[in-house]
Amino acid sequence: MFEYAPAPESRDIVDIRPSYGLFINGEWVDPLGEGRDKTVNPASEEVLAEVAVAGEADVDRAVQAARKAFAVWSAMPGSERAKYIFRIARIIQERARELAVLESLDNGKPIRESRDVDLPLVAAHFFYYAGWADKLSYAGFGPSPQPLGVAGQVIPWNFPLLMLAWKIAPALACGNTVVLKPAETTPLTALAFAEICRQADLPPGVVNIVTGAGETGAALVAHPDVDKVAFTGSTEVGRLIARSVAGSRKKLTLELGGKAANIVFEDAALDQAVEGIVNGIFFNQGHVCCAGSRLLVQESVAEELLDALKRRLSTLRLGDPLDKNTDIGAINSAAQLAKIRELSEAGEAEGAERWSPACPIPDKGFWFPPTIFTGVAQSHRIAREEIFGPVLSVLTFRTPAEAVEKANNTPYGLSAGVWTEKGSLMLWMASRLRAGVVWSNTFNKFDPTSPFGGYKESGYGREGGRHGLEAYLAV
Amino acid sequence: MSERLAVRKTYKLFIGGAFPRSESGRSYVVNSSKGEFLANASKASRKDARDAVTAARKAFPGWSAATAYNRGQILYRVAEMLEGRRAQFVAELVDADGVGVRKAGELVDAAVDRLVWYAGWSDKIGAIRGSANPVAGPYFNLSSTEPTGVVAVVAPGEGPLLGLISVIAPVIVTGNTCVVVASERAPLPSVTLAEVLATSDLPGGVVNILTGSAAEIAPWLAGHMDVNAIDLTGAGAELAVTCEELAAENLKRVLRPPTAKIDWLADPGTDRMTAFLETKTVWHPIGT
Repeated sequence: MFEYAPAPESRDIVDIRPSYGLFINGEWVDPLGEGRDKTVNPASEEVLAEVAVAGEADVDRAVQAARKAFAVWSAMPGSERAKYIFRIARIIQERARELAVLESLDNGKPIRESRDVDLPLVAAHFFYYAGWADKLSYAGFGPSPQPLGVAGQVIPWNFPLLMLAWKIAPALACGNTVVLKPAETTPLTALAFAEICRQADLPPGVVNIVTGAGETGAALVAHPDVDKVAFTGSTEVGRLIARSVAGSRKKLTLELGGKAANIVFEDAALDQAVEGIVNGIFFNQGHVCCAGSRLLVQESVAEELLDALKRRLSTLRLGDPLDKNTDIGAINSAAQLAKIRELSEAGEAEGAERWSPACPIPDKGFWFPPTIFTGVAQSHRIAREEIFGPVLSVLTFRTPAEAVEKANNTPYGLSAGVWTEKGSLMLWMASRLRAGVVWSNTFNKFDPTSPFGGYKESGYGREGGRHGLEAYLAV
Repeated sequence: MSERLAVRKTYKLFIGGAFPRSESGRSYVVNSSKGEFLANASKASRKDARDAVTAARKAFPGWSAATAYNRGQILYRVAEMLEGRRAQFVAELVDADGVGVRKAGELVDAAVDRLVWYAGWSDKIGAIRGSANPVAGPYFNLSSTEPTGVVAVVAPGEGPLLGLISVIAPVIVTGNTCVVVASERAPLPSVTLAEVLATSDLPGGVVNILTGSAAEIAPWLAGHMDVNAIDLTGAGAELAVTCEELAAENLKRVLRPPTAKIDWLADPGTDRMTAFLETKTVWHPIGT
């Protein structure tokens, strides 16, 4: 491997305050309780800032502010709402470098990804939905579709600002107001977004940001004056939320876990497939709900493909997320690292063979080397449970029918990948895979115009495109 | 000469295209709206519900892979068979619902027309709910609709024919298969409808009909891990909450009961179809 000189992005561009309050009704306010939490840089374990923990009463204040703002925001002409959202998109573009650095600091993802993937998609998402705000009557939901009211939104730590964009942009375009809770380990870009709302002169209360952990999220979801709940996160929490809104009139959309099959046929362009497999499971340290965590490879090319894959993994650079050469950043938290370790140990204990490239691990911070398991059986935990880390389970198949059978043999149904040069086989596979997104001869591609969401226990509802409006309209 | 004694029908369940009695051996008395004895209907059990789910799951690959044109033709065929039994359904509705002959006729006509309406949707719903997405990159990107899978349907207590058709047709026209809990009070038209379905080229197991207690059967279906969605239109408020909570276990898609009484004669819109459709997005690079 070539030795590269470090090329770190400067962190001077971001200005992190020592302490953050809650963003309610356009103002920074202290929480009513004593709760405080710290957010750390997972690459160094350095404390970045102290953050408020919102209690039930704080959540109530935020929901009330959103309710009050709903009267103003929903009555505003769509063309005016659109201009506010366009403004937000523009400010995000203007501050993209700063937000990318902040995201990498708080989340641990490589700057190459936050800069080239997260931030461009965040801006694009606001830009896309801004344009819908005055065109809702053409969206196929009747002549005058109405907003729902106050949306309670709970998002995960893997794409903090991007998930915020997926939630807030369509909600605002449709005329709803929002109370959003970012994940407790990655609150900083959401708090920076609060400042962006102020710079955009967004009317107070239209966007409220409450920080905290699971209890804060539960209070938000259960609040009786919330009309819409949107959640991205684990299937386990998704179940709890689905149960908690039962019997209410709250509209619910869930984007949950996955255990995607990435299927490689013998006629595939193997070099491209290797790149797709690497992108599928090692992008964002594998902290991706739609990650291609099960590689299904046709037996006849399994050996050749695995050799090429191992060669490629040996060139991946793990380390400082702010270094522009870094391919694999830090695991987001100690808790997540423990979970990845536990499942990897289970993989070995159940008889799969473990392999990682020689890969120096920094002394401080949370790290896990890219890892491949071969000889994996469908019954193994590493083939069934979402690992949410840089760990790939490899299985083989002989016929297309067997590939479909194995790919669909999971309660999840978020995404899948197919690699073949044969068009008819690709379409045959795509039509039989029970998954909301099928990437063929590519993987992990996202776009605001393109609906994303799961089948089965990967949740319901779609984000992105015209389809994404439905979650925020009374239809 | 004495008057001829009529040969009565035994009302049974409809599972996998066959007409079994409840495995539990139970039945319950069905009276007319005036309180006169009409028949003993089968009282389905948990086992019957599970058998029906198995039948629906088995039918799903074939039915969902049938061409939209074929599904549309079969739904139209159901309408033809229903029309042919018009007099029988009118008589059953008069008994079951206490409506006059004229009103019953209107309801049967509306049920036939509704089937024809939904039949036409089979090869059109995808065109209005799918999309070609203009992504910012060299990719072909297409979103299309697919059926959710096995759908449990708690049919409305009111509208034993039109209401029933109005909840079954939108589920199956898109390729789902279903297990229906018929109106508990007026189940007999549902069994006669099963006879129509059985003679309409509809593959066995696409529609399965259970009669009995919704409060008893619906929770088994709501908690069943091989059911993908549940329509709670006919569930009372309390039963609906129980079922929605149980449905959370495997993240079933839930269609909640209506807040106001449904006018089954009104334009149904597309919501009952879209509630049980998934959107699949396929990406492929464009290049030379």
